[in-house]
Amino acid sequence: MASQTEIQQAHGESVPVGKWIGPVVAGWILPGGGHFVQKKTGRGALLFGSVTLMFLFGLFMRGTMFTPEKGDALTTVINYGGFVADLANGALYIAAAMFGYSQPDMAGAVHDYGTKFIATAGLLNILAMVDAYEIATGKKD
Amino acid sequence: MPKINLSHFEAAFLFSLFTSVVMGIVSKKTDIERRDYGAYCFACFLAALVGIGWVMKLGHG
Repeated sequence: MASQTEIQQAHGESVPVGKWIGPVVAGWILPGGGHFVQKKTGRGALLFGSVTLMFLFGLFMRGTMFTPEKGDALTTVINYGGFVADLANGALYIAAAMFGYSQPDMAGAVHDYGTKFIATAGLLNILAMVDAYEIATGKKD
Repeated sequence: MPKINLSHFEAAFLFSLFTSVVMGIVSKKTDIERRDYGAYCFACFLAALVGIGWVMKLGHG
């Protein structure tokens, strides 16, 4: 028998915000949190481990956090895009900023990898949030 | 806070590992499909890493 969510989707109705906003916000605050609140602990733990370790390796490699700065078009896109990606790490980003992590942009492969690790951890967390959304709306198990 | 210095290969290996785990989890619907797709992504990352590394080495002479 089709669930209420499946019936709503079949009729083209949108799923109520209250049904998915909790898992999505939990997923932003804590990587894998959206899965934990929906009792998908195995997947949540793997997402938490992957995103958190990637973010921490980025910090240990002294990667730079992007700040929203304007310049020419490419500079603006890179800095704003990087800032959004960093911000997607949720509590990890907020804690690092609160504890005063501030690394100037320096030349060197290791620093550069660190910067990419931090931004990519945020992008992976966005994927995890989308997955939590799809589970909450019944598109996925 | 500790500071680590990874080689290109180590950093790219870790990047591949973490990214493959997440891509496997979010892309497929069953656990077996997730495991297989994660392993496939990881193998592709490593193949690209080694392959492009050789291309750059040969290109530089």
